[in-house]
Amino acid sequence: MATQTEVLEGLAEIVNEIAGIPVEDVALDKSFTDDLDVDSLSMVEVVVAAEERFGAKIPDDEVKNLKTVGDAVNFIVANV
Amino acid sequence: MSATIKPVTGAQFSRIHGVGGYRPTRVIPNAEVLNWIDSSDEWIRSRSGIAERRWAGPEETVAEMSVQAAAKAIAMSGIDPAQIGGVIVATVSHLKQTPAIATEIAQRLGCGTAPAFDISAACAGFGYGLSLADGMVRGGSAEYVLVIGVERLSDLTDKSDRSTAFIFGDGAGAAIVGPSDTPGIGKVIWGADGSQADVISQTRAWDTAFAKPDAVNGAGEEIKWPALRMEGQTVFRWAVYDMAKVAQQALDAAGITADQLGAFIPHQANMRIIDAMIKTLKLPAEIPVARDIVETGNTSAASIPLAMERMLERGQAKSGDLALIIGFGAGLVYAAAVVTLP
Repeated sequence: MATQTEVLEGLAEIVNEIAGIPVEDVALDKSFTDDLDVDSLSMVEVVVAAEERFGAKIPDDEVKNLKTVGDAVNFIVANV
Repeated sequence: MSATIKPVTGAQFSRIHGVGGYRPTRVIPNAEVLNWIDSSDEWIRSRSGIAERRWAGPEETVAEMSVQAAAKAIAMSGIDPAQIGGVIVATVSHLKQTPAIATEIAQRLGCGTAPAFDISAACAGFGYGLSLADGMVRGGSAEYVLVIGVERLSDLTDKSDRSTAFIFGDGAGAAIVGPSDTPGIGKVIWGADGSQADVISQTRAWDTAFAKPDAVNGAGEEIKWPALRMEGQTVFRWAVYDMAKVAQQALDAAGITADQLGAFIPHQANMRIIDAMIKTLKLPAEIPVARDIVETGNTSAASIPLAMERMLERGQAKSGDLALIIGFGAGLVYAAAVVTLP
C-alpha cells in the first residue's frame, strides 16, 4: 500500500510530465487549477496516468472534487 | 421443388474514388465569439486549438452545402452521377426530419432513382456511412455510393454556453465509394455505447421545446431552442483513451502498422483530444496529422472528409497513401478504418 509521501512523489512526476510543472511545486496545499495551471482536460490526463501508476479507480464524478494536490493524494491513498 | 433465388455478386474490393468539401463563406474568428461568452482568444485556443470556424448563411442550407461538396467528389472520381447507386447523408443538424434530405440531394445531383437516406451517427456519421457504402459496393446492391457528412451546428449552438459556444462549425464533406482491384477500405471498427447517451446530447427534444412553458417546463420558464451540450471531461477521457484502442483495432484489422500510414485523420473534435490521442496511440512523429480544426472548428459528421480534402489539397498527404480515420461522438458512437486516399 502506497504512503502519502510515495503518492505525492509519483503524482508530482505525472503533473510534471503532463503539464510541465516543476516537481517541487507540486505540494499538498496547491490547487491544480489556480496554483499549477492544470486545466480541466490536463486534469483528465493526470487522473488517467495516476490510475495506471497507482492502480486506483478515479471516477469522472470524483475528479471535480479533487481541487488540490492533497485531495488527489488522499483519494488515491484511500482507494488503492 | 422450390425455386432458387439468383445470387447477387458485388465488387471484390472497394475504395474511395473521390472526396470533396464545402466550407461556408462566413468566417467567425474567436474575437467574434467573445461577443457572446466571457472568455479570451488565448483560452479558446489553449482548450480547443480553434482559431476560427465557418458558419453557414441562410442560402448555405444542408442540401446546398451537400450538393456543392458532392459535385467536387463526383468530379474527382471521374464518374457520371447516374452511376451512383446510393446516397447516404450523415447529419444531426438537418432540422426538417421528413423527408430525408438525401432524396433532394440525390435528385439535384442527377442520381436518378438511387436509394437515398439519412443516418444519425453524430461525429461518427461519415465512418458509419463509409461502412454501409463499403458493404453495398461489395454486396452488389450498388456500383458507386455517395457518402456525405454535413452539419449546420451553428443552428444547435447555445451562444451563452461558454463550454461549447466556440467549438462548433458548419460545412459538408463527401466521398464516392466504388469498386476497386485491391482493398481500399479496411475493416471498419464501429460500435455504440448507449449507457453513455447523456454525455453528449441535444438539451431537449423538439416536442418539449415547443410545448407550452407551464405544461412541461414549469410556469414562467423560458422556452429555449434546443442546443448541443456535452460533459467535457468525460468526453475527453473516452475519446482519448477508449478511442485510441479502437484506432489500434482498425490498424490491426487492416494488417497495417502505424509507421505505414501516410496520414492520421481523426474527427476534428478538439486539438487537445487529437494531441492526447497521438500520444496514447504512440503514433510516429513523422506521420502527418489532420489539424483542420484550427480553421474549421468541430463540424461533426463533415469533419473527416473536409480534413481529408484539405490534406490532399495542401500536399500533406497524397493519393494512394494509407490514412487512419476515426470518428467518435454523441451516442456514444464510433467508427474507425484504414483507407486508401483517393
